[in-house]
Amino acid sequence: MTAGQLGANDLVADAAVPKPPKRNREERALDGGWKVAFWFLLPSLLGFLIFYLIPTIRAIRISFTEDSLTSRNPAEWIGAENYRELWSDDRFWDSVWVTLKFVAMNIGSQTILALILAVMMDRLTRSLIVRGILLVPWVLPNVLVAMLWLFLLDPRVGFVNSVIESLGFSASSFLNDSTLVVPAMAFINTWKFTGYTALLLFAGMQTIPRNLYEAGALDGSSEMTMFRTITLPLLKPVLALVMVVSLIGSFQMFDVAQTASGGLGGETGGPSGASRVIYIYIYENAFLFRNKFGYAAAMATVLMGFLMFVTLAQLRLLRANESDLA
Amino acid sequence: MSNSTVGSPEGFTVGRGVAWLVMGLFLAATLFPIYWTLRSAMSTNAGLISAPGNILPVDVLEGEAAEGAQVGLTGRATTTRATGINIERVITDVSLEENEAAGGSGQNFDLLTALRNSMVVATVVTIGQVLFCAFAAYAFARLKFRGQNLVFALYLSALMVPPIFSLIPNFLFIRDLPSWVPFTDDQFGWINTLPGIIAPFFLMTPFAVFFLRQFFLGISKEVEEAAVLDGAGHLRRFFQVIMPMASAPLFTLAILTYVTSWNEFLWPFVVGKNEEVRVLTVALNEFKAQTPGTTAPDWTGLMAASFVSSVPILVLFAIFGRRVVDSIGFSGIK
Repeated sequence: MTAGQLGANDLVADAAVPKPPKRNREERALDGGWKVAFWFLLPSLLGFLIFYLIPTIRAIRISFTEDSLTSRNPAEWIGAENYRELWSDDRFWDSVWVTLKFVAMNIGSQTILALILAVMMDRLTRSLIVRGILLVPWVLPNVLVAMLWLFLLDPRVGFVNSVIESLGFSASSFLNDSTLVVPAMAFINTWKFTGYTALLLFAGMQTIPRNLYEAGALDGSSEMTMFRTITLPLLKPVLALVMVVSLIGSFQMFDVAQTASGGLGGETGGPSGASRVIYIYIYENAFLFRNKFGYAAAMATVLMGFLMFVTLAQLRLLRANESDLA
Repeated sequence: MSNSTVGSPEGFTVGRGVAWLVMGLFLAATLFPIYWTLRSAMSTNAGLISAPGNILPVDVLEGEAAEGAQVGLTGRATTTRATGINIERVITDVSLEENEAAGGSGQNFDLLTALRNSMVVATVVTIGQVLFCAFAAYAFARLKFRGQNLVFALYLSALMVPPIFSLIPNFLFIRDLPSWVPFTDDQFGWINTLPGIIAPFFLMTPFAVFFLRQFFLGISKEVEEAAVLDGAGHLRRFFQVIMPMASAPLFTLAILTYVTSWNEFLWPFVVGKNEEVRVLTVALNEFKAQTPGTTAPDWTGLMAASFVSSVPILVLFAIFGRRVVDSIGFSGIK
């Protein structure tokens, strides 16, 4: 019905002013408008609502309830009680501390190694094979990576310990040692993400004008000097972005801790909580300790608030850096 | 792309030699653990204990352990004993005697089911996600509607939601699905079902929408205008103009989605622990959890299982690696 009317109107309009209305209709046909867009958006909109937007609101709501296995339907509203409990929960603060240690070691080693790798790739080779090999750990499942290193670091049959022993030192049970387990996990994560991080930095380096290096070489500057005076300052915005993205990822480490921490036969997060990162503690509360969903959701909310703060700080930082460079 | 000084081949200097050496070390450190899985999967458990540092598979049985590492390198007869059997026994049901002869603890690695589940999940997720996100990307890149930027910004903001945050409500949603929904269990909805493992990734991820939108924006409008003059509707333009012209990024996204889905752990770990539905990552973690730490752990079984689970991803990466490598740097930079 409407289509017919539209056509008639167009005919009239055509008679009066030949060009513009026709153009208009073409444009409308191109652009679509909500009626068309709705159908194209429908599946993703459903996914967004059901698995992102509503859960976000619901998680915050749950964090104010006493939702657990013992209090099923409807969970009692207890206000900020979960958050108060969190504040005085030593285990929570322990897990925050463990996470911070892990993140610091992981991001520190990973970024430095990736930077070295990226510079070497930039100055030595653009080989696709080299980049492909460096990316292999990144495409492997975290659980698998955890498994490989669980074995390599095993106190009795692990390769690393056999090397250590052949050098005359005594073997160590890295993943079941309360002082070494966090560095060991940071090392595993570093192994997994260094190549990927290096490729991101390498991509960033491609935006640095080549003639700067040529000029540097003519001046007789060494590679080290050029790295300090050209690469590093110009890479700063990319480096900052990459570091923040890795930082956010590192805070959310779960798979490696779930599979490798405590070593084979040891408890997850062990020994005695030495490797209980925040994700593990949230998981334990939600799915192991009688489904304390309310408490776990409160923790997850705090974590999300913190990560959002980091993200926004990153955007600030980037904008500041961008104007610096422009 | 004016890479006039590609690789800057300035000839050999000591510095460059050292740099190449360091690069070689990096590459070796990257590949070694993967080789080591294979090496250990080809060994016997007794062999692993007798020669933990041996570079080649150690193929000795209990009684021969004292003779050390060399035994494995001699003669065909010994070589065939372990090599195949570990991989065989984690995939299929070999007899108990064979299992124990290979040093297994009688633990059942039903890797074939997990492999199948992983393939089903990754395939369905990839098809759904790529198609539906391409729809969305088309709406954002080629259509104009009120609130377009707002909806897109909302989609992108979902990138900031950590998975653990939506984990609990998503778990409750899946668990409490009403019984008229297909494939639900009376009590626990889609918990321990493949639809439950697939659902959150099937319809959209913010990254996929963002990724495709960038490419769709770059497609020239002229081709589409020609199609409009031919009287093509939006659906036909989408399938006959946009999809073919964006086939390369669509394919790249499909590979990235497949790999991501294959590697996913937290969600399937929470909703799909049952043996019949668990995917490879969950199964691997479960094998590890069941293996005793003190009395003769079945390392060769674990390594064989690890190796088998890495093969599909490694093969995929070997074939389509270029696309994956080229896509790095897309999301973060620019």
